[in-house]
Amino acid sequence: MTERVAADAGMRAADAAALENVAARRRLTQSGPAARFWRSQSWHVGLLILIAVLTVSTWLYAPRFLSPFNVATVLASNTYIGIAAIGMTMLIIIRQIDVSVGAIIGVAAIVAGLLAKAGYPLWISWTAPILVGVVLSSINGVITTFGRVPSIVVTLGMLSILRGGTASITNGAFITNLPPDYMIAHLKLWGINFSFILLVVLTGITAWWMRYTRFGRSIYAVGSNPAAARAIGIDERFVTLAVFAIHGAFAGLAGVLYGTQTQTLAQVVPANVELGVIAAAVIGGVSIAGGVGSVVGATLATLLFAALASALIFLSVSAFWLKAFQGGLILATLLFEYLRRKD
Amino acid sequence: MTNLRALPVHQTVLAAVLVAVAAVILLGAPGYANADNLVNQARFMSELGLIAVAMTLILITGGIDLSVGAIFGLVAVTFGLAFQAGVGIVPAAAIGLAVGVAAGCLNGFLVTVTTLPPFIVTLGTLALFRGIAEGLAQGRSATGFPEGFHALGQGTVMGLPGQLLIFALVAILAWVLLEKTPFGQAIRTTGYNDEAALFSGVDVKAVRFSVYALAGLMSAVAAILYVSRVTTTRSDMGLGLELEAITVVVLGGTSVFGGKGGIGGTVLALVLVQLLKSGMSLLGVRGDGTVVVIGAVLIVTVLIGNLFARTERA
Repeated sequence: MTERVAADAGMRAADAAALENVAARRRLTQSGPAARFWRSQSWHVGLLILIAVLTVSTWLYAPRFLSPFNVATVLASNTYIGIAAIGMTMLIIIRQIDVSVGAIIGVAAIVAGLLAKAGYPLWISWTAPILVGVVLSSINGVITTFGRVPSIVVTLGMLSILRGGTASITNGAFITNLPPDYMIAHLKLWGINFSFILLVVLTGITAWWMRYTRFGRSIYAVGSNPAAARAIGIDERFVTLAVFAIHGAFAGLAGVLYGTQTQTLAQVVPANVELGVIAAAVIGGVSIAGGVGSVVGATLATLLFAALASALIFLSVSAFWLKAFQGGLILATLLFEYLRRKD
Repeated sequence: MTNLRALPVHQTVLAAVLVAVAAVILLGAPGYANADNLVNQARFMSELGLIAVAMTLILITGGIDLSVGAIFGLVAVTFGLAFQAGVGIVPAAAIGLAVGVAAGCLNGFLVTVTTLPPFIVTLGTLALFRGIAEGLAQGRSATGFPEGFHALGQGTVMGLPGQLLIFALVAILAWVLLEKTPFGQAIRTTGYNDEAALFSGVDVKAVRFSVYALAGLMSAVAAILYVSRVTTTRSDMGLGLELEAITVVVLGGTSVFGGKGGIGGTVLALVLVQLLKSGMSLLGVRGDGTVVVIGAVLIVTVLIGNLFARTERA
């Protein structure tokens, strides 16, 4: 008897879900351009409002929060997370994940430091790590697409290999006395941090590319419905592999920015960076089920995190509570997204 | 259905690798088999194993829990603080266990009620739990636990370390639960196809909720055993433990897509990983080198399993 009831309840739930789907599609297709714009941008607007509320309330309490120096610090902090989150967003949209991204960032940073230390021209030490990122991520991509091993397993293995490999080769020794010119993370253009400009420009280009080019759109196609994408002639495996390679380039670049913050660099893989990168992509509005999301959201989320970290300092909250606030923010975003979907 | 047939193949491959590794180690480093060494290995292994067993059940339901390491740290910290507040060692342990279960229940609640992907939900709770642990600890650690408590993590019963006995008991109970009870069947059905499970009368939400709650409990037990062994608490305890546990479970043949897998494979993989870690160190390979090997073994094992699955279907 109870089984019947449960089965009936299940049927009803499935029916309701199907109806809701139809209704959602109708709303999407029948509304005007203004409404459509709002629907596609509402998540970004929400993030902007959140950043604004946080900024204004902190500024009211501590005006120095908006001093040019602090604004520059906030914008420049964590840009490497933001850069890596661009690639991660693309990867999640295509239903893949990379938990080895922190390790790739670490390895790229070490390569950058070693090249600079060995006396190579600085432009080589800034660009070669990007290639390293592409190669490492492409290996993940090949095993995922052709070996049909889930990317979470492949990249979990890659994380172990890179973390252990780095530690056993370098013993965690520091690279010291790097040339001051090498610190590209501190470079400024027109008084604005170069890494922040890079983040904004790359976000813009990638967002445009994903929305308006044939290849960019095929990423969404594969992510939202692989079978349909195949049916219209998109080479799913090629697109997946390409996204892994592009993600690797972003991770490599993130590694360069991470590794050029100081003149001293520990040759270890930083812990838990992958979670920060994935969290930025998720808060940015990407759906883990694939097909939905934008790199603009990921970048806004990175800025939100940076502003939050700085705001807590100005509000005299112990730095030890920072991560708890971040976790609360992630969960609040998720609950909000759930409630929004339910309406 | 190919997955079902692939399972024994995977475990056979794993067992063969295990025997080979054991043989190499015994030939290369005869000193390995001495009792003290084995007892110590078993302690490391059992704490991770408790979490891996719960993680196995979660992966079989098609979920994942990234927050187990953070729960581990949070339990260690709250347990230490409660003890320092003077509530006594047993109530402190009870508080620690309660915190772990509550954390697991929060995961279960969020996963079942909001139907958000577990990967994302537990990523959020990871940050939250680790953050609360850091906030509560404020960089301080608790020490000075009574001698009797240290016996829990350092003592032996009939020559066997206490952790191993607890782990063995938990592993057997989990195996019985998964293979011999309707609830175990419900766990598997949920992972194969949650809609079908719902239609055939499985309370999918209850199944999901309970595996996350169980993971919370197991992380808490592991944390208290660990604190008892190392005699101190820190908020960064268990950092990265989730990835270690998932590695062991996947290596043991449990699919990240749900439905397929079992406790036996996890136990085999756990022993294999431990043998690799300690055996290689005896052969002169440093700890970091073994991490590389474990990562490579993980990828290669799943790759080989895929090859077999394909040939069987053909």
